[in-house]
Amino acid sequence: MSKVTWQLGTVISIVPETPRVKTFTIRLPDWTPHLAGQHYDLRLTAEGGYQAERSYSIASPPEQAGEIALTVELVEEGEVSGYLFEGVAVGNELEVRGPIGGYFVWRGEPGAPPLLLVGGGSGVVPLMAMLRHRQRLGLRMPAVLLFSIRTPEEVIYQAELEAMAQADPSFTLLLDYTRQAPPGWAGYQRRLDAAMLAEVVQRFGATQPQAFVCGPTGMVESVANGLQAAGLAPEMILTERFGPTGS
Amino acid sequence: MGFFTNKGFQPKRPSNPKLPPGQYETTDFPVLTAGPTPRINLTNWEFRLEGLVEEPVKWSWEEFNKLPMQDFNLDIHCVTKWSKFDTHWRGVSVDTLLEHIKLKPEAQFVTQFCYGGYTTNLPLADLLGGKAFVGLQFEGQPLAPEHGGPARLVVPHLYFWKSAKWVQGLRYTADDEPGFWERGGYSMYGDPWKEQRYRDDDDDAASAGSIRL
Repeated sequence: MSKVTWQLGTVISIVPETPRVKTFTIRLPDWTPHLAGQHYDLRLTAEGGYQAERSYSIASPPEQAGEIALTVELVEEGEVSGYLFEGVAVGNELEVRGPIGGYFVWRGEPGAPPLLLVGGGSGVVPLMAMLRHRQRLGLRMPAVLLFSIRTPEEVIYQAELEAMAQADPSFTLLLDYTRQAPPGWAGYQRRLDAAMLAEVVQRFGATQPQAFVCGPTGMVESVANGLQAAGLAPEMILTERFGPTGS
Repeated sequence: MGFFTNKGFQPKRPSNPKLPPGQYETTDFPVLTAGPTPRINLTNWEFRLEGLVEEPVKWSWEEFNKLPMQDFNLDIHCVTKWSKFDTHWRGVSVDTLLEHIKLKPEAQFVTQFCYGGYTTNLPLADLLGGKAFVGLQFEGQPLAPEHGGPARLVVPHLYFWKSAKWVQGLRYTADDEPGFWERGGYSMYGDPWKEQRYRDDDDDAASAGSIRL
């Protein structure tokens, strides 16, 4: 792991992804190529010296040199996300350190097994970095993203994901609306369950895909169990749990 | 980075002296694990002390539950920034376990090893003197699998990744051998009060305050 000292980056763009999710792109004076799946720590300092820190997954691929995109969900009563949403504008500076994390990462090696990505809500962020990395590398091992959201307005990166699926037949986008699906929706519209996971695993035939699962604790727990029940070896399942509490 | 402040940023919560730097309080009990929760059958479960010991020892689940237990009341600090105050546990103190073995003099460090393959390292001294225990109950209930049940080592004065879930035993070593997260760049020691999250925080932790100026 490279050195993780604090540095002052400059916000160069802020893009609303959904009503409660924004992507902050930050240019860094001391940028280190990251691995898809890694995160940065972000630290806010008040006048009196009080500091608050949170970790945010990197959404951008390592090919996007010199900067990082952090996709942030506005958390109820969130001390850090609340300030980022209300108090930060393009041109402002933010203190960050990273990249951090060496486990929930995808290196994009040419001979790597197919990819099964399962995300819940903002858990899609590190998975997006993997998909963007795969796209930039021009890799074509099969990849499936099973993305669970409650309602149509919560689909982070929707346009980019749909364009990616259109352009790349080896990538399959499976949206799952757990509360309210768009009109005429023929796809999944229930909580991720064992039957759904078994169907998705069957898409890979006899090959064991490398699974990355990221989302709220309860979802990750049940998906990891469901994937094992569907025949995936435990060592092929990597998990990252998070949510409003940092879980 | 000396005097950088984020304009207009104000704490939303009153400061709490129980909170180490960079942490915030949660009332949930978040779960962090690198992979699926292992399924552990109590009939095969065992807990071992091995490595630099005169004679290794192991307990079955039934034998382990007959060891003298104590109640522990503690705060949890996770490296992912959350802290949880005033949790109640019941388990077997590591001091109690050590009464069953004789350590070799070279034993200075410990690797906790686990069902599922997880490991974490720490100095032997950090497990002694009532500072660590094998927790079997949390808030009056058997410890849930996602929180490390049936048994989790608990070392509350360090970041919580040093408290291994699904613990299977302790291996005594002469050297400080990096465990699972430590090999990935996390701190070898993990003192939340010194904010030793990553390996780079280990070196100059004591002088960090003065460097900042």
